[in-house]
Formats: sequence, C-alpha cells, structure tokens
Amino acid sequence: MNPNDSKTMHRNIVLCGVGGQGTVLASRLISAAAMAKGIPVMSAETIGMAQRGGSVFSHLRMGEGIYSPMIAEGTADLILAFEPGEAVRMLPYLAPNGQVIVSARPVMPVTATLTGTDYRGEAMIEYLRANVPNLYVVDTEKALADVGSAKVLNLIMLGAAAKTGALGFTREEIREQIIEKIAPRFHELNFKALDYAFEQ
Amino acid sequence: MGNEAIALGAIAAGVNLVCGYPGTPSTEVLETVAKRRPDGVYVEWSVNEKSAMELAAGASYAGARTLVTMKQMGLNVASDPLMCVEYIGVKGGMVVLVADDPGPISSQTEQDTRKFASFSKVPCFDPTGAAEAYEMIQEAFEWSERYGTPVFLRSTTRVSHGYASIEVKDPAEYTVHQPDGFVKDTNRWVIFPRLSYKNHQRIFTRNVELADAFSQYDRNVLLPGGPSGTVPVAGENKSAHRGIATGGISYTYVMEALKSVGASGTAMAGANTGSPSVLKVATPYPFPEKLALDFLKDLDEVLCVEELDPVIEEALLLICGKYGLQTKIYGKMTGHIAVAGENSRDSVQKAIDDFLAVEAPADSAIKDVEAVQAAAPAGSAASALPTPPPLPVRPPVLCAGCPHRASFYAVKQAMKGQKTIYCGDIGCYTLGNSMPLDMVDTCLCMGAGLGIAQGVYHTEPDTKCFAFVGDSTFFASAITGVINAVYNQAEMTLIVLDNSTTAMTGHQPHPGTGQTMMGEVVSKVSIEAILRGIGLTIVETVNPMEHRKAVETVKHVAAEPGVKAVIFKYPCIAITKPSGSMKVDADKCVGCHRCVQEIGCPALIYENGSVKRSKVLVDTSQCTGCSLCAQLCPTGAIIPADKEAKA
Repeated sequence: MNPNDSKTMHRNIVLCGVGGQGTVLASRLISAAAMAKGIPVMSAETIGMAQRGGSVFSHLRMGEGIYSPMIAEGTADLILAFEPGEAVRMLPYLAPNGQVIVSARPVMPVTATLTGTDYRGEAMIEYLRANVPNLYVVDTEKALADVGSAKVLNLIMLGAAAKTGALGFTREEIREQIIEKIAPRFHELNFKALDYAFEQ
Repeated sequence: MGNEAIALGAIAAGVNLVCGYPGTPSTEVLETVAKRRPDGVYVEWSVNEKSAMELAAGASYAGARTLVTMKQMGLNVASDPLMCVEYIGVKGGMVVLVADDPGPISSQTEQDTRKFASFSKVPCFDPTGAAEAYEMIQEAFEWSERYGTPVFLRSTTRVSHGYASIEVKDPAEYTVHQPDGFVKDTNRWVIFPRLSYKNHQRIFTRNVELADAFSQYDRNVLLPGGPSGTVPVAGENKSAHRGIATGGISYTYVMEALKSVGASGTAMAGANTGSPSVLKVATPYPFPEKLALDFLKDLDEVLCVEELDPVIEEALLLICGKYGLQTKIYGKMTGHIAVAGENSRDSVQKAIDDFLAVEAPADSAIKDVEAVQAAAPAGSAASALPTPPPLPVRPPVLCAGCPHRASFYAVKQAMKGQKTIYCGDIGCYTLGNSMPLDMVDTCLCMGAGLGIAQGVYHTEPDTKCFAFVGDSTFFASAITGVINAVYNQAEMTLIVLDNSTTAMTGHQPHPGTGQTMMGEVVSKVSIEAILRGIGLTIVETVNPMEHRKAVETVKHVAAEPGVKAVIFKYPCIAITKPSGSMKVDADKCVGCHRCVQEIGCPALIYENGSVKRSKVLVDTSQCTGCSLCAQLCPTGAIIPADKEAKA
C-alpha cells in the first residue's frame, strides 16, 4: 500500500499495551498525522478504571466510508503492541497479511507476583514468532537504555512502525505531530527516541 | 473525541451555563467546555449531579441555554429535580448529557437512559458517533426551546470515547444566545398539584406531537433495502422481507456488517437479492412511530440491534400490536442479541449473518471471522491460532505509591483479630478490594458505605463498622450519612481517604481543593470542620505514609464509642512529583516476600520469578519512593535509591 496515496488509503491499526505505557498518546499522534494529510480517521480508546495497570487498547481506522471506530476481528493491518502478552491477546484482530510490531519487554502484572504464576515475555515472543509471518520485535530494553529514558516507549514503537512502513506515515510526518501535540520541553527526547528506533 | 465534539457543539449552540459531576464516560464534555469556553460562558463542577441539575434549571428559568453532564449513575442522583423540572418546563434550552456505560466498563449498573427518558417523559437524542453528536446537540437545544422541555443527549462509551475527524464551525458562526432573565409567574414556576395535573396532560399531548415531528427529523432515517428489498431464505425457494432497526453506536456496527452482506448476497444468488432495509433511530423517545410504521409495513422480520435495554425492540412490538402488524420482531427478548454487555463489530456481524442466514463464500471480500479464517493461507496469524501460553491477568490495581494502599493497610493492621466490616465506596479506592489488601467488604453507590455501616451496626452491634470514603465522594454524597449516624446514635468509624482530588475520573477539582473550573482560587471547604460541625468530637488527621503512627491512630479512634473519623491525608501520586524511588539492598533482602505479600504494590517484583526466597526488586519506572514497603521490611533492605547501601 502506498502511504502517499492518502485519500484512498484504508488502514486498520490496533495499539495495545498496559495502562501507563503511552498507547493513547501514540494513537493520537497517528490520528493527527492522518488528519494533517486530510485522511478521515476514527479511533476508540480505553479510558477510566481499566487504565490503572490493566490491558489497554486503541482501535484506529483511516480512510473514506468508515462508519465505526471499532475494528472487526481478522481485519487489522497492523498491531502495534507495547507489551508481548498484550500482542498475543490482540492477535485475533490481525488480518491475514497483517504485521505485528511488538516490544519485547514484558510488564509483570501484580497478580502474577502475588499468586506465584510466572509470566514470561519470552514465551509470548516465541508464540508470536511461530504464528505471525510478518513480525518485527523491538528490543525495547536496549532502546530505552540507549535513549536514556523509560518514558519514551511510545515514540520508540512509532519509530519502529514508521521504519517498517506498516504505519503508513513517514518519520517526518510523526515528527511534525510531536511538534504540534507535545510540550516543547519534551521534543528533543521524543525526537531522539523516534530517530533511534527508525535507524535501528 | 465524542465528548469534545459534544462540548464544541454546545459552545456553537451558544450555551451559557454548563455544570455537572465527573463520571466515566462523560467527564471530558465539561472539561472541554472549560478549556474552550468563550467569554461569558459559566462552567462548574457541581458538588453532585442533583446540585448541577437544579443549578441548570434555575439558569434555564432565567432564559440561559444550559448543559448538564453526568454518567448514567449520576442521573439517579439528579432524578429528583429532573422528574420535577420536566413537569415545570424550561425557558432557555436545557440539554442533559448522560453517558451510558454498556459493559459495564466502569459502572455499577447497565441502566439505560433511553428508558429513563420514557419514565421521566423527557425527549431523548441518541447520536451514533462524534460527528453526529456535534450536530445533534445543536439541534437538541432548538428542540428543547421549541417545546419548552429539558432533553437528553444520551451517549455511550464508544460514542463518548470514540474519535473522528470532523468539521467544526468557526467562532464567527456560533449562535449567540442572550438570556432574557427570570420573569416571576407563580402559575408557571411553582410546582403545585393542580399545575402538575394540568402539565401532565400537556406533556402527554406534546410527546404525541413530538413523536410525529421526530418522524420527520432527518436524523431518524429509513434506508430502503437492496434491489428488491428482499433477502433470500437459505435453503428455501422464497424471499423474506427483512429489516434491521438500530441506533447509537450499534448503527455503525450494522452498517459495517451490511457492507459485506451486500457483497455476499450478490455473489451468492444473483439479481434477486438485496440488503435489508435499515431503520436508524436517533430519538428513542418519543419514538418516531410514523417512520417506524413505514419501515415495518412491508417487512416479515425485523432484527433490533441495540445495547442495554430492548428499547427499540419494545417500541416496535408496541407499534405492531397497535396496528395489528404480523411482523416478527427479534432482538434481546428473543435471544438474537446479547442481553448484557457491549455489542461489537463481530457480535453484530454474527447476529446479522444469522438473521439473514447468509453463508459467507470463502472467496468473497467478507471480513467476518469465519471467512477470514477460511481464506487465510496456512500459517498466517488469522488462521485458527493455536492456544497461546497463559496470558497475564491484569485487573486494575491501585498505582504504585498510592496513598490509599497505605491507608487500607494501616486500618487492616490496626484491626487485626477484631470482628470488622469495611464498607467501601465509589472511586479509585474501590480497588482496595483486590488481594492482598482485601479491604472492601461492600460497595454499592456513592456515599452508601456510611449507611451500610450503620445498618450492619444496628443489626450486629458487636461488629466494628468502618466506612471508607474519598474526599470528592464525601462532598458529593456522604455528609447526610454522617449526620444520620450521629443523630441516630450509630457506632462506626468513618475513614476519609483525602488525596486532594477526584482521582478516578482524571483529577477534577472539588470543594476541598480550593480551585474552580472557572480558574478561581477559592477558600477550601474543610472536611474536618464539617465533621466537627456535625458533632463528631474525635476527628484525627494523619499521614498514611507514616505507617506506625497511622496504625496507632486507627487503633485508638476505633476503640472510642459513637461516630468518629480518621482523615488520611496525602495527595494522589498522579498530581504530585514522585519523591524519588526505592531500591533493594540485595545483601540484606532475605527473600521473605513480606513486602510483596502484604501490600501488593505493582512496583515490587521478584528477581527470579516467584521461586522461594527469590530476592525482591523495585521497578524504578513505577516506584514513587513512598517508602511504605521500607517501613514493613524486617531487615531494612529497602532504602531510597539515591542512598548507598550500608555495609
């Protein structure tokens, strides 16, 4: 799909992760990038009680002739997963030729710690490797250390998605929306994260 | 966001006064008005929904256009003034925005405001998404003024929290509405039985008129079916005339589902096919009867696709009965649509496929699950996936560093071994029920914990009864409960969890914060002074993060007779800068897991999984340095991250 073929572009994106990881901001940056190109966009997010450490998702749909902000199962062109277990949870939404971009770093749920049920991110990544032909795993542990902040996971993921082309937007288009939507004092850090992921 | 669209629509309609009480998924409407309000628009978070409704009524009496915002639970609180103001009527347009919560995702009930509309006789508008909500609220103000009645704008989570790119008006195009002031007229504004009788008749007649007018309203739409308006009956050599009736967000699911049905119908049976006709109901009350009759008259079967109560379904059944139609009506009452929970793209697709009995050919463009699975090449993600490893369960939890955790834990420690009941309430602190705290025995509705504690006391006087209430909830609906307890000689301990904000809904100011939505800094209403004013002699304010002192305070307060209170005061970690972070001195950690097992802080994790004696680590990306865990550690292994471990 040609990202520049803006008006006719139809794209369904699922963003998922754990409350507090920054999926909502990432979703808004993508929406803003679409609107800047005149592409109609609809989205839906998890807000409220479920945000507190719970599984969160955003559905994002672009293109003409869309009625619903929600995505049907089996129709997501891209799953941008901020957490390996959450990628697996959302996998039924993936279209047959869709891509999964996943952060390798697991977030331990407090329930696992308490009840002694072990949760391993590696097992989720192995499962994804076995079942998703079009998979891109981001070494977020290293990326966050190299960028020097634990707070920029969302821009690392956006950078990775821009790099694979699955996002439908270029790094520059995301960069413009960082300038538009994010307070200036965070610009440099966010640019750094975006560029880092793009250049990996 | 749908809520932002509603707010911008209200501003474009020349709204003069906006008030409400926070509640998911309604909150952002008022916040957006506050952020974007033109000069002269008054905005407030009222103390509760009843206060807001009464305030709006007063302003509407004086000719102002008013918007009142709340979630569906809040409508119960506001119902007393609303039921009455419907009888009295309004002068300036009055829109009551109520956001329903199918699921429910963050509410106690799945009540349906469309039902409340017919109960209260208040007309109801039900938008399908952000774009329609923006237009509809502007029209709702017009209808309200034309008919002199408050009206509902009812949204649901996916409408309120759904986003869409929409065109909005320039400020130059905004309606300017100038209130003409209150005009004294006791025959109009004073609700006496004689007036109520007269107005009841008037309202009945008016709603019959409105039902006719709504049949002409261009947001109530009858979409004719495909080529012949018929759909083949699978396995039989005949066609049935079928239709789908829907409204709200479900309309969007229906239209998405019909995109593929149209394609498959053509592929399957050639020219003699078509998609079903669709009735989109934008005003569930008064129901657009004439339009619905047009829709029903040639149909054999209708599927009603809606969330919460079967409102459209019942309305259609009523019309069939009234006009003697033989049309079969399917929906929630016939098991075709789930009775509880949200609809989804997939659930609606399946319901429609079943209703139309269309089998999806594998080579078509259909995007339903089975078709995709059938069409997907082997090994692709969407083909029947093997069972994944067990997925992590992630119930919402109190944040790392949350003062509520420390407060609950202090009470738990203080009351160890005694017969107690912990009556919870509505807010973040409802999450105190999760393990290992397990400190919420009951939770009902806002302010109810006080009454429940008293009820248990009068039934089981040997139980130490506690009611936990947050600061915003205290102001909203707990004060009468305290007065009741004092007056009626209950014995109980009130625990006020004062984190200086309305945390759960996104940190709105309240009477105790000293700020208003107009940006003023005002004097704070003191919870302690209120309690003393009511007559409590024991009111202790304590920092929950000072664990030992907090435990001692609860111990001695709970031992006193009568009604007494402990105020745990510490700001929400989401509105303060963290003081730093803790770390574990690995040499001192003996792997006893006391910190993890006692308080369940999400920032505490095991170094080597949950194996015995595994040392504990602090997740510095979450830890706020509250030090509660350090105060529990028997070996002093948890220390501030910026300190060197002592040898």
